[in-house]
Amino acid sequence: MSLKVIQPGILSLLQDSGRRGQHRIGLTNGGPLDREAFDYCNRLLENPAGSTALEVSFGGVHLQAQVDTFICVTGANLPLRTNGETRPLWEVLPVAAGEDIQLDFAENGCRAYLGVAGGFTIPPSFGSSATVVREHMGGLDGDKLHAGDELPCPTVNKRRRLYLPRERHPHYSHEITVRVIPGYQQHHFSRLQQRRFFSHGYTVSDRCDRMGYRLEGPAIECDIEGILSEGICSGAIQIPADGQPIVLLNDRQTIGGYPKIGSAISLDTARLSQLTPGGTVHFAPISPHGAHNALHLASSFARRQPLMERRP
Amino acid sequence: MELHSAGEDAMMLYLGEETSPEVSARVQAAVSALEEALGDDLVDLVPSYASLLIIYDPMTTDHLSVAHRVKQALAFLRSVSASEGRSVVLPVYYAPEAGEDLENLAARAGLSTDDVIALHSGEEYRVYAIGFAPGFAYLGQVDERIAAPRLATPRQKVPRGAVAIADRQTAVYPAVSPGGWNLIGRCPVRMFDPDARPTMPVTVGDRVRFEPISRDRFLAMGGEL
Repeated sequence: MSLKVIQPGILSLLQDSGRRGQHRIGLTNGGPLDREAFDYCNRLLENPAGSTALEVSFGGVHLQAQVDTFICVTGANLPLRTNGETRPLWEVLPVAAGEDIQLDFAENGCRAYLGVAGGFTIPPSFGSSATVVREHMGGLDGDKLHAGDELPCPTVNKRRRLYLPRERHPHYSHEITVRVIPGYQQHHFSRLQQRRFFSHGYTVSDRCDRMGYRLEGPAIECDIEGILSEGICSGAIQIPADGQPIVLLNDRQTIGGYPKIGSAISLDTARLSQLTPGGTVHFAPISPHGAHNALHLASSFARRQPLMERRP
Repeated sequence: MELHSAGEDAMMLYLGEETSPEVSARVQAAVSALEEALGDDLVDLVPSYASLLIIYDPMTTDHLSVAHRVKQALAFLRSVSASEGRSVVLPVYYAPEAGEDLENLAARAGLSTDDVIALHSGEEYRVYAIGFAPGFAYLGQVDERIAAPRLATPRQKVPRGAVAIADRQTAVYPAVSPGGWNLIGRCPVRMFDPDARPTMPVTVGDRVRFEPISRDRFLAMGGEL
């Protein structure tokens, strides 16, 4: 019982909420780049939080249901069709065995989450099904989807047709502001350099992937080239010798020796990961208190978002 | 000791400024102390040469509470004696056919390849950090005479088991990967096996010695050239 992969798309990865507590053997986190969209996908399907879903980057996916179940697609605005008919995102949809599920290329944003009722049943490795291709870890044989793969999932005959009202859908803009907790290495960056970082727009380069987003803009000078290698947290912003910032994401290396100007908050790295090359990023400083507050407010706000039910 | 907010779910603890067994022992002692002090709020600890990244669950605690508990736990640290780590011996087949940079490194150092092998295998190393890739252990410090900068152009493909030097660090590549370190030999022991328990033969704080072995022994132990 599965969804069969006819066309895998550019980069489609099975992800749960990510691998936790394994940095000590060098394993990174993996997990959904856009946690907000991923969480909505499971919540709409009434799955346990963190159930395995498919992260579709850019689109171009064609699946065929081998089972009667329900699906839901959230995140980037990819045109969705089941059996050739255009269908809404952010809504639980029934699919029957034999039906085609197609996700075309994104118009807005670039990461979408396709979930099934009950989640995909992928055995965890090191506590998680999250696929990290660089580590050959998680998913199906540690790899992205290939044509012919079968994504195991249960038969489900009953699910409420929940949806998130349109006015509540996140907006994926080409220009975003990323809030940054200034780093403990900021003394290596002069006031002028810090002001430059926070007052100019940066452009997403074509070197952006699940490890990190490399940006282009006014170079930030640092008074040291490297530091003794140390642990790197998610969202850390490294400044290598060329002065172009790299925002590190879910698949980052766990330790490294580039100086860091600060660390982006997860609410905003989710938005960053929806940007494609050419998108614009502004940075704004936030205190650790402010960041903690923002995280809890967002979590409380999301929990209280009312889901509507479509009645046939 | 210095403690800083590193991100929305992390704090960075510095326990020294240089690479030394003493600083590394302090990092090790802090690992055990913080595991106990932070309990379920702790998500992960990333020890490195002179620092410890503390990753906590921001939904159950915050940086103020973590900072408070870290400081309290470390106040008792002085009386804790640092673990000496286990002693691990890793066999290495040192030869140009197993380590493409062995001859270059020797030439640059003005030494024979036998001298390089004797210096590399004559030292006891400490596992300072694990990262970069699953099972990649940073070992230090190699003798200054055979320290060598990273290659200007990293290799696209370094074989699994490659024993390598970068600056005064040495390591065994746990899997095929790109890499810019100088290759001097090959180790037949798997540094990371997801199906084995433990998954790695070493952990941070362990002491490692390399033992030169012959080509035949290397192949008999399952090594591949």
